Amino acid sequence: MDIAVLIFLCSGLFLGWSLGANDAANVFGTAVGTRMVKFGTAALLCSIFVILGAVVSGAGASHTLGKLGAVNALPGSFMTAFAAAFTVYLMTRLSLPVSTSQAVVGAIIGWNLFSGYPTDLTALTKIALTWVVCPLLAGVIGMVLFKATTVVVRRAKVHIVRLDSYTRLGLILAGIFGSYALGANNIANVMGVFITANPFTSFSVGEIFKFTGVQQLFLLGAVAIGVGVFTYSKRVMLTVGGDLLPLTPVAAWVVVVSHSIVLFLFASQGLEHTLAAAGLPTIPLVPVSSSQAVIGAVIGIGLLKGGRGIRWKVLLNISSGWITTPVIACLICFVSLFFLQNVFNQQVYNDASYELSPTVMERLEKDGIATDKLSRLQGKRVETVRAFRGALSDAGDFTGDEESQILDRAKIDYVIIDGSKLWRLKGLVSGPQEAVLWPLVGKSFLHPWMLGDAMAEASDAWKSLPSTKRNKLVNRHLNEQRKEVYRLFRRSEPNN
Amino acid sequence: MAIKLFARTRRLIGEIDDFLTLLSECAMNFQEAVMTYLEQGASERFDERLQQVSEGESRADDLRRTIQRDMYAETLMPDARGDILTLLETLDDIMNKLEETLWYFSSEKPRIPEELRAQYEELLVPTVACVEAIVLASRSFFRDVETVSDHLHKVHYHEKEADQVIGRLKNEIFSMDIPLAEKIHLRFFAERIVWISDQAEDVADQLTIYAIKRAM
Repeated sequence: MDIAVLIFLCSGLFLGWSLGANDAANVFGTAVGTRMVKFGTAALLCSIFVILGAVVSGAGASHTLGKLGAVNALPGSFMTAFAAAFTVYLMTRLSLPVSTSQAVVGAIIGWNLFSGYPTDLTALTKIALTWVVCPLLAGVIGMVLFKATTVVVRRAKVHIVRLDSYTRLGLILAGIFGSYALGANNIANVMGVFITANPFTSFSVGEIFKFTGVQQLFLLGAVAIGVGVFTYSKRVMLTVGGDLLPLTPVAAWVVVVSHSIVLFLFASQGLEHTLAAAGLPTIPLVPVSSSQAVIGAVIGIGLLKGGRGIRWKVLLNISSGWITTPVIACLICFVSLFFLQNVFNQQVYNDASYELSPTVMERLEKDGIATDKLSRLQGKRVETVRAFRGALSDAGDFTGDEESQILDRAKIDYVIIDGSKLWRLKGLVSGPQEAVLWPLVGKSFLHPWMLGDAMAEASDAWKSLPSTKRNKLVNRHLNEQRKEVYRLFRRSEPNN
Repeated sequence: MAIKLFARTRRLIGEIDDFLTLLSECAMNFQEAVMTYLEQGASERFDERLQQVSEGESRADDLRRTIQRDMYAETLMPDARGDILTLLETLDDIMNKLEETLWYFSSEKPRIPEELRAQYEELLVPTVACVEAIVLASRSFFRDVETVSDHLHKVHYHEKEADQVIGRLKNEIFSMDIPLAEKIHLRFFAERIVWISDQAEDVADQLTIYAIKRAM
């Protein structure tokens, strides 16, 4: 790997390190702080399961973050992650509550504003709502679980010494689950901004084991989290305690489990699939704040005890952080990108050309977008995304979704099928899917969606299913496979 | 690791149960010893009972130290450890008082008039009942904290009973036509016995707080 690539990935690795240093305390803090579990044991378990969670289940939350804004140049990703990390550092130094998730979102919006790419407001709304829902949900789960646990413990009449052993074991198991959920949910914060400009290529060993480029990226980020856990989390774990409310070990176990459930709910593709298959509304997969989930659970337990002893000012500080953190991160990112581009001559975003050809107009009609307002722009090539968006805005009022659709269809991004690279798709696409590509070897497509249409026409294996809740995950998987194909054959791919 | 943890747990539970059993046995042996003294004076049978109480107290001391060492060495129960060890220490004080009182009987050999023997026996009953109640309360604290108060109120009840009996006994002693020195000597032994119920009540007050903390 090029050394420059590693340097650009540093900011993400730093974010990962700081996540490990601070958030490991949320899953193993009580166990280590009360000396129920040795720090070495906790650090090892935490690191292993964070890595597993990130690699196995990290894709879900990062997908939502990617919809908010797809940072498409490595220097841009570097600065976005750096801006988020710096925001976290700055606010921590000022003793203000800060969430890495919120800083990353603010930084991505900063990149969008700088590059001219649109911010998906639907995704932003979804993300912002989960920030509010996360501590509330953790609070509710904490209350229910605490009540159930105290009833069970009371009825079982467990000896206080035996209860201590069960609690000890419970804290370890909860810590393991929490570590997995932390990796699955928060790896998107660490490496999400690097996905579009991912320097790693996917590979598979036979048909059994496949390791996508994204998983490799997540592995690197998760290792950074593990390093943070080992090198810095001990002092944080040993000072974790009744900042918000004094907790018994059993209550602390309830807090860890509640926090872990919430993070898992917002990261689990398996759960999403199950809910979708049953035709039920799915839970959005979004990176959420681990610390705020803990605070929510602690307050839930406190409320169950009558609300005495809770420091409500902490809650107020958290709510203010929902606004201040993303705004500060956005500003820092915007200014930093300016410097990186103009002072250090780094390409912080890859701009694109756009053209509304007759083929594109026809496709937009098929997508259900009225193209009469776009007739003035037909046939004209626009060289930057900012100019094209400006032209669209002058042409007429389009919703956020419509604008995104038009940008997607009109974007010029050559794709040429190179037969010598087809082997890289083994394990990532099925046999019938791969078979469709052989007859297309040597063909070039002006827009990636044209390749998608050609593949769908040639085989049902590439056709999206009707857009229903049940089919959501299948269609998403299909979309990811198409993206893998586009990335592999994109002529303007940075590392090709 | 889990197997070792649960083995340590079982051992510790056994040690705590044994400690409480020893306290209960010491109290019963104490009662038997004093009854024997009242009937026969410092006889061989009295000495046997004294020896049993002494040995019981010594074994309890060893157990308490073992429990303390295990709790700290294995970092067991970091949140409740302090309360538990303090509880065991104050229960051990009761055993110390039981043993000490019998040694006083053995060395000073008080001459207890026949007419007062029944009242001394009456004083023993609520005193030993206090100790039994505190043992049961302690067992409840470890297993079923909600029933602790059921036993604690009995400690307070028997302690008041003991206070009333000693009040009447002292009146009786100081109404008798015997030298002042003997009166003071007899009062001393009556108070030695009732201090045991006072100590049990102090433990009960502590246990009330521990139970509230545990319930939280």
